[in-house]
Amino acid sequence: MALLQTKNLTKHFGESRAVDGVDIVIDEGEFVSLIGSNGAGKTTLVNLISAYLEPDAGEIFFRHQNISQWSPIARIKVGIVRSFQLASLFDTFTVLDNVAQAVFSREGKSIRLGTAADRNAGVRGEARQVLEEFGLQTRADSIAGKLPHGERKLLDVAVAYALRPKLLFLDEPTSGVSTRDKNTIMDTIAAVVRAGKITTVAIEHDMDVVFKYSDRIIAMHQGRILADGSPDAIRGNEEVALNLLGTSATI
Amino acid sequence: MKGDAITSRGGAISLRLAVAAILGCALLAIPQLVSPYQTLLLTYGLVMAIAALGFNLLLGYTGLLSFGHSAFFGTGAYTAALMAKYLGIHSMETFILAGLATAFLMSALFGVVCVRHTRIFFAILVMALSQVLWTLAYKFYGITNGTDGLNVPFPTLLGGSLTFRGAGAYQRFIVAYYYYVAVLFLLSAAVMWMITQSPFGKTLQSIRDNQTRAEFIGIRVRLCRWMAFLFSGTFTGLAGVLWLPLNRHVTPDVLYWPFSGEIVFLTVLGGFQSFSGPIVGALAFSYLKTYAVAWTEYWQFLLGAVLIFLVMALPTGIVGTLELLAARLKWPSFKPRI
Repeated sequence: MALLQTKNLTKHFGESRAVDGVDIVIDEGEFVSLIGSNGAGKTTLVNLISAYLEPDAGEIFFRHQNISQWSPIARIKVGIVRSFQLASLFDTFTVLDNVAQAVFSREGKSIRLGTAADRNAGVRGEARQVLEEFGLQTRADSIAGKLPHGERKLLDVAVAYALRPKLLFLDEPTSGVSTRDKNTIMDTIAAVVRAGKITTVAIEHDMDVVFKYSDRIIAMHQGRILADGSPDAIRGNEEVALNLLGTSATI
Repeated sequence: MKGDAITSRGGAISLRLAVAAILGCALLAIPQLVSPYQTLLLTYGLVMAIAALGFNLLLGYTGLLSFGHSAFFGTGAYTAALMAKYLGIHSMETFILAGLATAFLMSALFGVVCVRHTRIFFAILVMALSQVLWTLAYKFYGITNGTDGLNVPFPTLLGGSLTFRGAGAYQRFIVAYYYYVAVLFLLSAAVMWMITQSPFGKTLQSIRDNQTRAEFIGIRVRLCRWMAFLFSGTFTGLAGVLWLPLNRHVTPDVLYWPFSGEIVFLTVLGGFQSFSGPIVGALAFSYLKTYAVAWTEYWQFLLGAVLIFLVMALPTGIVGTLELLAARLKWPSFKPRI
């Protein structure tokens, strides 16, 4: 069943056609990878779907409802949540407070005045639970701005996960991370999203990661969909190999 | 390790309570120990501390630098002065209620326009709007007496139960008004402390740290900024009302942008990265300015030199510097962190 669908989604930056009439369908429960060279339009596509950018044309449907004009907050409320390419955190907060802030927001408590945030046992308990799922419980009291890069990336996803998404976009969750840490991070993320049955779309450049974790792969090139299929189908697609690797050999 | 942390935290809390108790006793005893003039200076300091705490809800907690808070201070002061002149009202409580209402409305109006912007654009926009109020006070001579200003007699306190007339009225007023302001200062500080510790306070800090991320966890950034602006302006307006009986004269100077600069100055002086910094800054500034003015006609030069020294040598302000010293000497932390 289609959870998300885009129709003719388009975004131009001057002469550059960042996203050029893209039609995609994301089914419920899938782990989809979005691949393509730099400038292919992957992040722009996620920016359009998450309302970080406004499209020039086209429509976005979530559970068959047209959400093209919805604000980021309205989309978050129905469960469309994202992480960022550069880990986007509240750097002066502790790791626990980063996640707790997301929980406060999800529960509509972020503008409450009467109680102390640090004494909300329910919210903090849930935040600790999220940190445990992501293996960050020992870092709960660390300042987020001082975390190592890999843990920052993981915390970025944990903050998004704390919003209890239905559709989670991960923008290069392993970029800038060592090969060993990549597997740890992706194993953790994959385990959490599969356990929570969260539909996930990950932008990723590392093909080992892409083929290991994806149910389906969408390849983009110059703002358009180049190929869309199972990992095996993409692996054998000469056009994808040519445009992504610059060789006609399949991946 | 955990036990050490708990002991350290407990020590810090005990130290804070001890410091608060000593300061509380000192606040009570001061009028009996010092001259009325020193009491007056301290009252000025406490009034400015309310303004600075309000201002810091925006600067320290929300990351918005306003160069136009004179607008709210002046709104409070002029509301009371105009009520005294045209309505013949002399009740301090009525002044406070009316001043809070007008400062609230002014902040709500300014906020709607200003919180759409951040950084320099926000700072300049608030300043520009504050200058509109200054111009009105300056030009509407028939109502405000322009630069001649408005004189205000001693107000009555506590629903008219304390009046100040006849011989010794000044001394009696200074002492009574000191306690009046001290209570309102403690109440305001307590309310603002609760705001900063609440989920809303955390939300403001999250917006300060990373606006984009705050928006993408579902926080209504503009609404929260507007609310912060509202609290900030209203408390600054309260300070304006409380300031008026001390000065007993108000001119458009309290609406002019250099006065906004003073609020920025004293907040930076104390340290905007802690809750207590603006209080310390306001008290220090009250004495610094008074003695600088008495000492030299070039007092602005002196204050400018202090500001340059502060920014270059002590960017975390007095409280931030004390905190650094305490950390080096391994004392328990007494600065409630932002």
